[in-house]
Amino acid sequence: MLYRRAGIRHTTYRHERQLWPLPFDRYLVTAIALFMLAAPFVLDRLYVVAYLLPWIIWSVAALGLNLLMGGAGQIHLGYGAVMAIGAYSCVHLVRAGVPFELALLAGGLMSALIGMIFGIAALRVKALYLAMSTLAMQYIVDFVIAHVPAISGGTQATIQVPPVRFVGLRIEGDVATYYFALAVCTVVTLFMLNVHRTGFGRALAAVREKDYAAEVIGVDTFRFKLLAFWTSSFIGGVTGSVLVVCYLRSVSPDQFHLDLSVQIVAMVIVGGLGSVLGSFFGAALILFTPIILNNLVGALASATGIALSGDLRAHIPLMLYGALIVGFLVLEPLGLAKIYDNVRNYFLVWPFRHARR
Amino acid sequence: MDYWLIGELAFTGALVGLMYALVAVGIVLVYKTSGVANFAQGAIAMTGGYATWAISAGLGLPMWAAIPLALAMMFALGMLIERAVLQHMIGQPVIMIIMVTFGIEIFLRGVMPGTFGVAVKRLSLDIPQAPIFLGEMLINRAYLVGGAVSALIIIAAIVLFNSRAGIIMRAVSDDQGASWSVGIRVERAIAMAWGLAAGTATASGILWGSIQGVDWSLSLLLMKALAIAILGGLDSIPGVLLAGLIVGVCESLATGIIDPLVGGGTRDIVASVIILVTLLVRPYGLFGREQIERV
Repeated sequence: MLYRRAGIRHTTYRHERQLWPLPFDRYLVTAIALFMLAAPFVLDRLYVVAYLLPWIIWSVAALGLNLLMGGAGQIHLGYGAVMAIGAYSCVHLVRAGVPFELALLAGGLMSALIGMIFGIAALRVKALYLAMSTLAMQYIVDFVIAHVPAISGGTQATIQVPPVRFVGLRIEGDVATYYFALAVCTVVTLFMLNVHRTGFGRALAAVREKDYAAEVIGVDTFRFKLLAFWTSSFIGGVTGSVLVVCYLRSVSPDQFHLDLSVQIVAMVIVGGLGSVLGSFFGAALILFTPIILNNLVGALASATGIALSGDLRAHIPLMLYGALIVGFLVLEPLGLAKIYDNVRNYFLVWPFRHARR
Repeated sequence: MDYWLIGELAFTGALVGLMYALVAVGIVLVYKTSGVANFAQGAIAMTGGYATWAISAGLGLPMWAAIPLALAMMFALGMLIERAVLQHMIGQPVIMIIMVTFGIEIFLRGVMPGTFGVAVKRLSLDIPQAPIFLGEMLINRAYLVGGAVSALIIIAAIVLFNSRAGIIMRAVSDDQGASWSVGIRVERAIAMAWGLAAGTATASGILWGSIQGVDWSLSLLLMKALAIAILGGLDSIPGVLLAGLIVGVCESLATGIIDPLVGGGTRDIVASVIILVTLLVRPYGLFGREQIERV
């Protein structure tokens, strides 16, 4: 019904290869894009700053990690550390007077470089060991950042982000930061949407499915795993910079602990491994469910008169992340993206269910 | 350099390392039987500590009754985790199985402090505070008892692996299909391994809880346990014993000697560095079988 396929005739290869062949998908994407563009003028400031902005930034992080976990099938439990490297590099460069455009790229490159060093250590061996070494990376990077005063300025220190300009535009205030994050998000999303269709993306998929089979058909497994690490860490570093410049406005070591890594991993798994759309769904669910649940529990407690301890409410996010990770992996391993896909497939041929392929 | 100080650090470190190793035994047990890397072991140790505290302080039972009760409860919880979660993951990619255990870790890390409160719980085993003097070395009695108990349990685990139950587990680890065909109940062996893993984790949770109190930080034992399991070779229990000693001594010496130079905090990354170095130099560990697929 909604996703009407009638009347779509592919007459050229280019036409068949387009991202959204169905008109309804195109309308949906356009509508969402327009809404996101208009949001700062339509919505209340609170919603833009407290909900949309973090959602965009965390989605980019989830996209970056999804390239590695869903695209290449490699596990990474230290993505927060990768973001920290990018954020600190960028902030220090900006403070040293380097233009923000270069500092942003340099932050990404720094993350990619350090991420790849750990990747080389880890990629000689397989998944289980990769999980451990990236976890180790998280702790080591945390330690180095906190204990080298040249980087963090001390364990408790917070470094303010100086005002920055991007191609001549000042990035400050709610609207400019929002649009900047949105622009970065658009670039990364377009990259992720298209990467599946390039030789690079196909090589990653081959590596993910079976690495020695990939080797047999001539894919240099080690090289592509490293490249996946490189690209993913680069996106992570850029996201870290965007996070501190647009959202946090200051950088301190405790913003990038294991909690952040856990959050992003949960987003990727809940959203759906390897799905672009899923990363957005996952980020929304992981970011907003604790808030909603907390409000709900609070309202419930005040309505029924049961006093709930602050400790319990403080730990709701952790419980929820754990429960969501376990629940999705057991019940729907492909995540929210798969659920959306099921709904879409249902409506694709509705009401003629028997016509489903 | 003061040799007595180094001796004291090394001896205490060895005892602490044995207590870490007790957590690692569970990881090795589960890995040996089912090939699953158990990233929930730290949180299970923490849960064991909380369970013991809840039974002894909440129900008012004496320690000698609370500990076996907690061990039995946690044994059941371990089997429950295997039954309820891990069994659905058979045949899934390794990445998914690892993430499920990590998810359990995060979940427990939220549930336990959430229900019982964040404040540190005191768990007293009635070990005298006064230290023992060995020459000029001060040895904490709690560490001495903890190390001794841990060593005993680990040796018991080695003995277990040579008994009938252990042979069943080893058969399952070698080839699940083949063990099935000769009449071994594979699910029961794996559930058993999870139960035992939770049991050893609880023992270590109690020992650590008596030293530093029970709170969420007990789940940080995961990192040390992973380092020990990797260093010892994931499928070797004697390896755990030796690797535990190495990790404990390294950590203690690093804390005592490097900390004053860099301003603290080295204790937390010794385990991480050991994991990385092991993976670089000898990924199958000291005693592990060299069957890791290299890429």
